[in-house]
Amino acid sequence: MNTMTSANQPVVEQRTALRSLFLRNAKNTIMTLLMGGALLAVLFPLGLIFVHIMKMGLSSISLDFFLHIPRPTGEAGGGMANGMVGSMVLIGMASLLGIPVGIFGAIYLSEYGGSRISTVIRFCADVLSGIPSIITGMVVYSMLVVPMKGFSALAGAFALALIMIPIVLRTTEEQLKMVPISLREASLALGVPLWRTTLKVTLRSALTGVTTGILLAIARVAGETAPLIFTALGNQFWSSKLTQPIAALPLQIFSFAIAPYDDWHRLAWAGALVLVVTMFALSLTARYFGRTGHKN
Amino acid sequence: MSDVTASHRWKIEKGLSGDFIFKAVTVLFAFSILVILMLMLYEMVSQSLPSLRKFGGHFMTGMDWDAVQEQFGALPFIYGSVISSVLALLLATPLAVGTALFITEIAPRRLGGFAASLVELLAAIPSVIYGLWGILIMTPWLQQTAQPLLQKYLGFLPFFQGPAYGVSMLAGVLILMIMVVPIITSITKEVLLAVPRSQREAAIALGATRWEMIRMAVLPYGKSGILGAVILGLGRAIGETMAVTMVIGNNPKISLSLFSPAYTMPSVIANEFAEASSPLHSAALMNIGLLLLVITLIINALARLLLWSMSRGAARGAKL
Repeated sequence: MNTMTSANQPVVEQRTALRSLFLRNAKNTIMTLLMGGALLAVLFPLGLIFVHIMKMGLSSISLDFFLHIPRPTGEAGGGMANGMVGSMVLIGMASLLGIPVGIFGAIYLSEYGGSRISTVIRFCADVLSGIPSIITGMVVYSMLVVPMKGFSALAGAFALALIMIPIVLRTTEEQLKMVPISLREASLALGVPLWRTTLKVTLRSALTGVTTGILLAIARVAGETAPLIFTALGNQFWSSKLTQPIAALPLQIFSFAIAPYDDWHRLAWAGALVLVVTMFALSLTARYFGRTGHKN
Repeated sequence: MSDVTASHRWKIEKGLSGDFIFKAVTVLFAFSILVILMLMLYEMVSQSLPSLRKFGGHFMTGMDWDAVQEQFGALPFIYGSVISSVLALLLATPLAVGTALFITEIAPRRLGGFAASLVELLAAIPSVIYGLWGILIMTPWLQQTAQPLLQKYLGFLPFFQGPAYGVSMLAGVLILMIMVVPIITSITKEVLLAVPRSQREAAIALGATRWEMIRMAVLPYGKSGILGAVILGLGRAIGETMAVTMVIGNNPKISLSLFSPAYTMPSVIANEFAEASSPLHSAALMNIGLLLLVITLIINALARLLLWSMSRGAARGAKL
């Protein structure tokens, strides 16, 4: 900043240097504080949400919540038992559909695919996982609900499966890539066919990581509401057939939250508490698997 | 990395064998991704054809949304989606980047790791729960406390005028901001972690303060990755349905004031699609869906390209 370096100006120069050092340090401190402030500003509303869910949820939850279906408006009590069971049914079916597709697709990408086509598929999977889930709901509506002439649990599960596939595919592929080639080669050298090697050696070595991916995918769809509105639709009662509309916990939270009744709001908070605790349990388990997986 | 992956592309012999069948199954499932994507595009286009035929380009500029008169124009929804997402991103980006920088560059490793996992855990909260909190806690607070205050001190601006309903564009922006911050933070954090140590060491060795190191060595290196993270956040915000639907007021009106209720593209789909009154009504909603799909496809493709250019083959993309 100062190009004059002649001997008669050393004092001036030292002073400017000192001042600029002071300014630089002050700037450093200010920016550090701002960044710390950003962290607090981010955690504050999130903490607030968490506290409210805990407070409102714990004060409204009861044994009834887990045992009963919603009561008609105006009657106190009732629960979301049908929603919880419905969610489990939907997630179970979605997993049956989505997980095999994701895992086998990932095996293709990591074991067989040419690099160009793999890149295309990988890219499409990433793009697919960014598509708003309400669009997935609309597509499944016109593909399944319209031809089957009715909202159904099947359609809901199918929509959730579409959301799971890219997540499972990408995480599984990353895990398979980390398995050393020498393991595959050792198995092949023993005369084990490639497909058995892939299943029994490659996939198995990556199992903890793959499990993490599956748990994360389940956690993601467990809270999905938008794709279920025009597929599973929701149900005030128990549903006995997969071709009928079925209740789901997030759908019930939604419709109870926007209703103008305090009783229903209480049920929505209790439902939110159950959902959040489930999510946290899932992601903590996923983290645990992820950690043990990396150590090996 | 590319050498390693290239060297174990197994080739199998032709003919019907276990290997052949197994590979065929994997091929089928891998290509199903492409099929799903194509099918989605096809369905959305073919279902919105009646609306495309009737309204064409006017659909995007039309202001009326009248199911009885069968007049459909999507401008209020496009406006609502764009304004709410962009404002949310403007608020969220500095917070998210600051948080990611604090976690990776400043905090002691243990504290940083703790904060990071907290943020990540909160990113997993479903949007309907943000909506529940938004409608039962945040909007009453906005109506009774925040909006009167804003009106008192900033009421001369056109953005803070009109009656305080609570449910409003402002509520939508705030809830979206809260929701996208964790996403942008966690991707930015990964991007920053990928900046080589040597970059930082070089800056420090030249006598840079920590902020100067961040500004001169870390941020320029992670620039495209951070941009990718922000664009990905934009994609999330624009497609976000439940939470926004619950707090934004659902009124197809274009107003400069953040206090007035608005409507977004996903919200109108969520509210009206299941009970569309006529084939043209549902086609118009499909048309909005198609617009949304195209916008998010472009946004996501752009974000992924930026993130991939940052580090090819890294495990980053898989996380979302």
